[in-house]
Amino acid sequence: MSANSSDPRSATAAASAKGGLWAWINKRLPVDSFISHELTGYMAPKNFNFWYFFGSLAMLVLVMQIGTGIFLTMYYRPGDAFSSVQFIMREVQWGWLIRYMHSTGASFFFIVVYLHMFRGMLYGSYRQPRELLWLIGMLVYLALMAEAFMGYVLPWGNMSFWGAQVIINLFGTIPWVGPALTQWVRGDYGISRFTLNRLFALHVAAVPIVLLLLVVLHLVALHQVGSNNPDGIEIREHPGPDGKPLDGIPFHPYYTVKDIFGVGVFFILFALVVFFVPTFHGLFLEKANFTPHDPLSTPAEIHPVWYFTPFYAILRAVPSKSGGAFLLLMALVSLILLPWLDRSPVKSIRYKGWMSRLALAVFVVSFVGLGYLGMQPVEPLYVILARVFAIGYFAFFWLMPFYTRWERVKPVPERVVYHAH
Amino acid sequence: MRTNRCRWMTALLAALAGAMAHGARAADAGATYGAHWKRWQVQVNVADLASLQRGARDFVGYCLGCHSLRYERWSRLGKDLKIPPAVLQKDLIPPGQKPQDYIISPMTADAAKWFGKQPPDLSLIARYRGPNYLYRYLKTFYVDSARPTGVNNLVYPSVAMPDVLSSLEGLKVAVYRTVEVPGPHGTTLKRQVFAHFRQIAPGSMTRAQFDQFVHDTVNFLYYVSDPQRAERHRLGVWVILFLIAFTWLAWLLYREYWKDVR
Repeated sequence: MSANSSDPRSATAAASAKGGLWAWINKRLPVDSFISHELTGYMAPKNFNFWYFFGSLAMLVLVMQIGTGIFLTMYYRPGDAFSSVQFIMREVQWGWLIRYMHSTGASFFFIVVYLHMFRGMLYGSYRQPRELLWLIGMLVYLALMAEAFMGYVLPWGNMSFWGAQVIINLFGTIPWVGPALTQWVRGDYGISRFTLNRLFALHVAAVPIVLLLLVVLHLVALHQVGSNNPDGIEIREHPGPDGKPLDGIPFHPYYTVKDIFGVGVFFILFALVVFFVPTFHGLFLEKANFTPHDPLSTPAEIHPVWYFTPFYAILRAVPSKSGGAFLLLMALVSLILLPWLDRSPVKSIRYKGWMSRLALAVFVVSFVGLGYLGMQPVEPLYVILARVFAIGYFAFFWLMPFYTRWERVKPVPERVVYHAH
Repeated sequence: MRTNRCRWMTALLAALAGAMAHGARAADAGATYGAHWKRWQVQVNVADLASLQRGARDFVGYCLGCHSLRYERWSRLGKDLKIPPAVLQKDLIPPGQKPQDYIISPMTADAAKWFGKQPPDLSLIARYRGPNYLYRYLKTFYVDSARPTGVNNLVYPSVAMPDVLSSLEGLKVAVYRTVEVPGPHGTTLKRQVFAHFRQIAPGSMTRAQFDQFVHDTVNFLYYVSDPQRAERHRLGVWVILFLIAFTWLAWLLYREYWKDVR
């Protein structure tokens, strides 16, 4: 690399000094300083590993969902929802590709976001000073869940209809206001075309705006506190003579080229699904949703799409409906409170003790187990298993203040561990 | 003279084939089979154009009377299945319909009165039920005098649909065997479970021919449920090859930049 590009600020400053259109723009809009602050001058730890691909990939999927979504709204009609989706799939030029990209994108969004969140849990990225970053991220996750649920209703297949029925009825478990609130949300006495029309409005306008805003805030907060890394060491505490972190490298070009590679791998996997198994054996697009909604015919098994099933299993594990809804809420609240539950003197799992490792393993097994059980019919054995996994899930969070303090941790090195290529 | 001999040969061959088919049909009558119907599988293949074309013909002949494919146009069917427009118009499209029309059954709304419900549209049935379900469904009709249609079905008990393929398959009855299952208070209950089918009257097809018929029909419905499947697979290979090349270049670029990082 040339000396120029290694110090982008001097390069852009020189360009600005030359005058011309670019300088004219920069006087009026801080393009150069924005690029230098957020990309070429943003110092990221050099020891990012595999787990650090998923943040940028989540942004990529968001952009893809918005792009494909805009094209879908050109042909989708809430008044004739089921048929208009088939029209897109069969008669609109490339309609099938756009639609499969959007439906596959929804599932990949959750895959990527779950891995991104797991990365945060592995390396303690939610710890001080990144609590707000975690909170904003959790808001992104909640908005994403709302967005995905509404999007799932739009094709107006039978599972769309009955899924909407189950999820919107959850509002009914809220004391006092529940039934009135449910009716207000539906806009009708039952799930109807009015419900569908408003879910369409929320899905294509309201929630995407909120999501974009939250993602911007997530990035602003990230760049304010700096990125964590697999060692959980603050690189800003070890600045070099030039004031920059010794273990930091400019995000651009180092992580942009690395992320482009990640994007390539991601798209290979994505294309395999879109072109060869778009329904993913009923997991991404369910069989029962290939028949139009029918209020008189309940599908044999109602369950949400795979990304909601861990929470759905928790909901069903409790005999009472309001108790289940409360536990479901607690499952999310526990995640949100993570920064204050972790009392360990170290951030990263690399230096935590065996109890933290065991607890994280229990969490992963419980979450995946709940996800599997949420797709299965309600049978006595499955309910018992769901309860065991639910206990595992909550134990990870609510015992955390204790096991993180009791366990013996390993010494944390001064500087990050990095093996050059 | 030459033409005459050909005609003779054809007639002879046809008679031979007919005799063999009759022999097979005769063997079918009284034959028992179907004990493992729950494990019957169908190998669908949208690249098998001949099978799809036969399936389209069979659909028009035996299904279209009641069932529509309201999301598929005749012209699309002709293009995808490589059926020449003249043949499409002459042999498949019912009188009064144009190639650009959707494949709509002439069945009127009275169907709900006759059968208890409107026959469902079959555009997406293969995605909703799956090919194996359809294959088993079409092959497990049996005579049941208790039903208004005179037939019942193992896959879909008490189904409203009559056995429209019985002229091809012939008639068969379900034979049951009695098993003992533990009942309440230490008693044992006797329960009837399906054992096998017994052919009681031959149809115009041998069992192998009928299997092929059902296979073609299901294959056709599988195509209709997702008509761009073949195009999707063809394109997907190229997209993935491109992405592999792209990712390889991205990897080289990444290694080049990261040489500097110590």
